[in-house]
Amino acid sequence: MKSQPIIQLQGLTKTYDLGEIQVHALRGVNLDIEAGSYVAIMGASGSGKSTLLNILGCLDRPTSGRYWLGGDDVSTLEDDALSIIRGQRLGFIFQSYNLIDQLTVVENIHVPLFYQGRDLEQCWDECVKFAELVGLGDRLDHRPKQLSGGQQQRVAIARSLVNNPLMILADEPTGNLDSQTGREVLEVLDRLNAAGKTIVLVTHGEEVATRAHRVVRMKDGFVDSDVLNRKTISTAATARPVAAAAR
Amino acid sequence: MKPLIPIALVRIVQLGVKSLLLHKMRSALTMLGIIFGVCSVIAMLAIGEGASHEAQEAIKKLGSSNVIIRSVKRTADNSSSGQGKRSFVAEYGLTYRDAARLQATIPGIRRVLPLRIMRDDVRFSSISHPCQVIGTHPLYPEINGVDLLAGRFLTETDERYQNNICAITLSLAESLFTGQNPLEQEVKIGANYFRVVGIVRERGTEQKRPQSGATEGQTIDANVYIPLSAARNRFGEVIFRRSAGSFEAEKVELHQLTLQFENPESVETAVPLIQRLLERFHERKDYELVVPLELLRQAERTKRIFNVVLGSIAAISLLVGGIGIMNIMLATVTERTREIGIRRALGAKKKDITTQFLVETIVLSVGGGLIGVAVGVITPLLVEQVAGMKTIITWWSVVVAFGISALVGVVFGLYPARRAADLDPIEALRHT
Ligand SMILES: Nc1ncnc2c1ncn2[C@@H]1O[C@H](COP(=O)(O)OP(=O)(O)O)[C@@H](O)[C@H]1O
Ligand SMILES: [Mg+2]
Repeated sequence: MKSQPIIQLQGLTKTYDLGEIQVHALRGVNLDIEAGSYVAIMGASGSGKSTLLNILGCLDRPTSGRYWLGGDDVSTLEDDALSIIRGQRLGFIFQSYNLIDQLTVVENIHVPLFYQGRDLEQCWDECVKFAELVGLGDRLDHRPKQLSGGQQQRVAIARSLVNNPLMILADEPTGNLDSQTGREVLEVLDRLNAAGKTIVLVTHGEEVATRAHRVVRMKDGFVDSDVLNRKTISTAATARPVAAAAR
Repeated sequence: MKPLIPIALVRIVQLGVKSLLLHKMRSALTMLGIIFGVCSVIAMLAIGEGASHEAQEAIKKLGSSNVIIRSVKRTADNSSSGQGKRSFVAEYGLTYRDAARLQATIPGIRRVLPLRIMRDDVRFSSISHPCQVIGTHPLYPEINGVDLLAGRFLTETDERYQNNICAITLSLAESLFTGQNPLEQEVKIGANYFRVVGIVRERGTEQKRPQSGATEGQTIDANVYIPLSAARNRFGEVIFRRSAGSFEAEKVELHQLTLQFENPESVETAVPLIQRLLERFHERKDYELVVPLELLRQAERTKRIFNVVLGSIAAISLLVGGIGIMNIMLATVTERTREIGIRRALGAKKKDITTQFLVETIVLSVGGGLIGVAVGVITPLLVEQVAGMKTIITWWSVVVAFGISALVGVVFGLYPARRAADLDPIEALRHT
């Protein structure tokens, strides 16, 4: 069952112009990602993983090449338009959680909706629902500093889901966590994918990558290999759906 | 229908307050500059306004459509009319003919009120009290603002027949006639008896006359008013005065002329004419002209200059406050670079970031402004209590001071807010 790709990359390059020298971080990446897939991007440090993810996340624009997201060419959009795309179609999970210190758990989860003009009072129930989904229903009023790393990352996951994005982009989400907590976070991601969310995850860990349907390996700004992981696909299909996990 | 204040703006303000409360001390110190600026504007203007109000009231009491001419004794002229040190007669000042000439030639004059002032003791039975004996016309109460409390004031008939009657001020009546009714009693001034026909009160009794000359700051609440004609005949033109052991005699016909004009405009055209006329008939300048209207104008000019100086000081202090705010906001932007990156990643547009930081600055400056207004309104009240100075808080000084404080927030907040919004989202996210 082959679905319509939500991401299509064509000859994507990114060059950082540092005056004296030019750093070619991406040298022509072609990549399609289907809706509902779980893709791990791996590769040595400096191979261009983060650069690629930033472009996928509309945080950065390619130097050349095309990027279609959900059918729209977003490679040349204006700053404001990119903000709207980020707010409506994308969810981010960062290595260092990136929660806002002065906001509570619910308020942090609410931020993407705030920029869509939705007041917290209006969507309180939604935000709480996602907090409960990641197991933080009893920590709604806590500040990030009062939470453990794993809990903070789960808040970040809830936040990445609240706007019902086309896909979730995660740059080494377990990089700051111990292996046990990291596994718990990855299990949340597994469940989300099982419920139909598209996930693109940058990681160093081979073990992390085994959970993905597909492993894309980068090298010097190119896609070095692109392998489907059949075994994972079959296990993912039997994972509990998100709705069930929320109970 | 849209709500009066968009809910989003309320939320942004709440967010700003929340962020500022994260660093209470820093926010408070930052506000201090604005607080002092606003407070000093309101307080200084209130004190200045109070002072100039008092001055203007004093001037207005003289009447803005009046011109007052006073006889002035010039010390250098002492020897001109008498020889020897011990006893001579100093002859100077305004004359009855001056009064008649002015009345006849100056256009726009309504009335001329002559005044002859002598210092003497007034006696009733065994009590004696120093007072001013003022020879004047029936017009006096009307032009100088005097209330009749009992009986009557001088009349034209009294003037014509040089009647030995008088009106006295209430305070004098109280000290002379303890418990008795002063009306129809006779008091003795010098060698003459005067029948009391009226009791009056000068408005603003406790005040001293703002002047030099014959009445030299004497309080005006112990006055005896007698018909000018009676004053002239009973007391003569020469007034004897004892001062510091020596004996002084002056020959002065009139001590003061109050010219009342139709309106303030005719005062302006009349002043040069009056001066020319007096110069012609007086060899020496033994008179002075007081034009309340001019004094009023001058007071207003002084006040304007005062306001400009004050305004500049206030502007500088608010400028310094503004720079302080900008400085802190720039530091805040740097400190919260990552927050800005996060918000941008989650869908915030540049505009949203600008708004957020601008609102935060405005909350600081408006907060400071509000506190400044409160302190600025209290300070003049304290000054009034402690220093006994009159202060007037004008509503516009409050509005202007507060408005400027809000403006400072916008002006000095714009740059840091722009800087925050122009940060590259990825760079901002990478910031530690
Ligand atoms: N902002 C930047 N300016 C200049 N060079 C950069 C910048 N970001 C990344 N690079 C360079 O681009 C290359 C790819 O970096 P990155 O995508 O971060 O690699 P990875 O995430 O795989 O470690 C590296 O050589 C890095 O030094
Ligand atoms: Mg990286």
